[in-house]
Amino acid sequence: MIEIRNVSKRFGAFRALDDVSLDVDRGSLTAVLGPSGSGKSTLLRIVAGLEQPDSGEIRLAGEDATAIAPQKRGVGFVFQHYAAFKHMTVRDNVAFGLKVRKQPRAAITARVDELLQLVQLQGFGHRYPAQLSGGQRQRMALARALAPEPSVLLLDEPFGALDARVRTELRAWLRKLHDETHTTTVFVTHDQQEALEIADSVVVMNEGRVEQVAGPRELYDTPATEFVMTFVGEAVRFDGELVRPHELEVALDAAPGAREAQVERIVQLGFETRCELTLDDGSRVAVQMTRTHAAELELEPGQIVLVRRPGVGIGSELPNVVG
Amino acid sequence: MQRRPRAGAPLQLGFVTTFLSVLVLLPVAALVWASGKHGWHEFWSVVSAPESVAALKLSLGAAVIVSALDAVLGTITAWVLVRDDFAGKSLMNAVIDLPFALPTIVGGLTLLALYGPSSPLGVDIAFTRTAIVLALMFETLPFVVRTVQPVLHELDREAEEAARSLGAGEARIFRTIVLPSILPGILSGVALAFARAVGEIGSVVLISGNLPFKTEVAAVFVFNHIQSGDQNGASAVAVVMLVVAFLLLLAIGGLRYLTTRHERNA
Repeated sequence: MIEIRNVSKRFGAFRALDDVSLDVDRGSLTAVLGPSGSGKSTLLRIVAGLEQPDSGEIRLAGEDATAIAPQKRGVGFVFQHYAAFKHMTVRDNVAFGLKVRKQPRAAITARVDELLQLVQLQGFGHRYPAQLSGGQRQRMALARALAPEPSVLLLDEPFGALDARVRTELRAWLRKLHDETHTTTVFVTHDQQEALEIADSVVVMNEGRVEQVAGPRELYDTPATEFVMTFVGEAVRFDGELVRPHELEVALDAAPGAREAQVERIVQLGFETRCELTLDDGSRVAVQMTRTHAAELELEPGQIVLVRRPGVGIGSELPNVVG
Repeated sequence: MQRRPRAGAPLQLGFVTTFLSVLVLLPVAALVWASGKHGWHEFWSVVSAPESVAALKLSLGAAVIVSALDAVLGTITAWVLVRDDFAGKSLMNAVIDLPFALPTIVGGLTLLALYGPSSPLGVDIAFTRTAIVLALMFETLPFVVRTVQPVLHELDREAEEAARSLGAGEARIFRTIVLPSILPGILSGVALAFARAVGEIGSVVLISGNLPFKTEVAAVFVFNHIQSGDQNGASAVAVVMLVVAFLLLLAIGGLRYLTTRHERNA
């Protein structure tokens, strides 16, 4: 379990973390989500001891770890750009933490074999990092971090440098790995889809503060702040309120509460269609609908239609965030 | 599939070959020919004469000592310039190159004024071998600083952090993570420093006193023997210096090859 108590950190005039407190449950997979500059990486580095907080406390497994050197925290760290030991083979990279701990040679060999198997790099042991793809390098880095059996695994934008296909693959694979090892894991990301897809719990950060801690579904359905509403999933402003694009409706016939709008653009997103419109007051909204519905409406750019928000206040779970 | 060479390639190759021939190969050939025209026996007897041996031993010995000192001190200097922040850092960075800009004889003159018989510091090491090492270090330290500095700059700091979180102490991180990465840079610098130190004359000639068997370095030996009309002796010693320098560069090149093995894809 990780306990973060009132941690603040400045870099010169920039306030990276502003009185952040957070608990991470033992054995959970937690995502820290936020835009760049929100302090999420700094928070992770402080937990690992790679950065010292100006004030506040970090507790690991119930003990104050704030003053403990990174070497002694029992924390595994994975960096966005792999941080591979370039002049060592994959085997030696993975074995590094075990050699530091002066484990017997036979035990090291066995553990490295086991880890290479786990990250599907068996047969790559004698290669150098330069001979691996990005995804393979990151898996090697993961094996290296896991080798000394850390009590906490921290990943800083672990898939940020990989291309989209590999990223999706590794994402699912990380979730599976976590389900097998149950190591308390925290990963930092700016990709909301990544966070919502694999984390048990998502911490949304903005400007050095925690905006909300919630499960993926709760985060989307009941965002605590306007920032969360706009950052997690898409939101547009309609009649002064923030709403999801799929909560709006395009109609051709007059209806109560409907406003006139001009169709600007129609985008096909797989099985959904997204229609971008300009309202009568000049503001822009987007409406998401099924393809079938879009086909029925026969929308075309330039066309004047009506936009409304059906079902307001009638048993809906709408987050009523007033802007 | 074989890549077709670009249209300009033959011309460029011709230029490089011509320059290399005129500036390097021809003079070297002339030197070897001059030293060998009286036969191998004559060559050997000149080279193995006590004064030649003493001069060569001194130059090579001093170059080895200086290169080793450069490797350590140059790396420390580069480290401080890259990793530490202090007032006057950019000034210090600029001053490092001074020995490059200064004519070597001026450097020698400065050292003589500072560490000679009329030293304002009260340190008189003129006409000793210590003075030779000092002068050579003055001339060659920047080579190592300037080759290690960019490598240190490019170093992946996160690799060091990864090692730290894996439990490695600072000494171990330097030995196992940092040093292997900067070693090719150090070796390049040392190769340049050694080559320069073996043949250095300007900065050494004033402060060493040029006492045969004691403080006469090989380059001064060659100069003195040319002056006294002994072209045979001069060119024979010159060829030995050439061969030693060449072998050393080759050896360091080999070491560099080994230390950068991991960068080449199999």
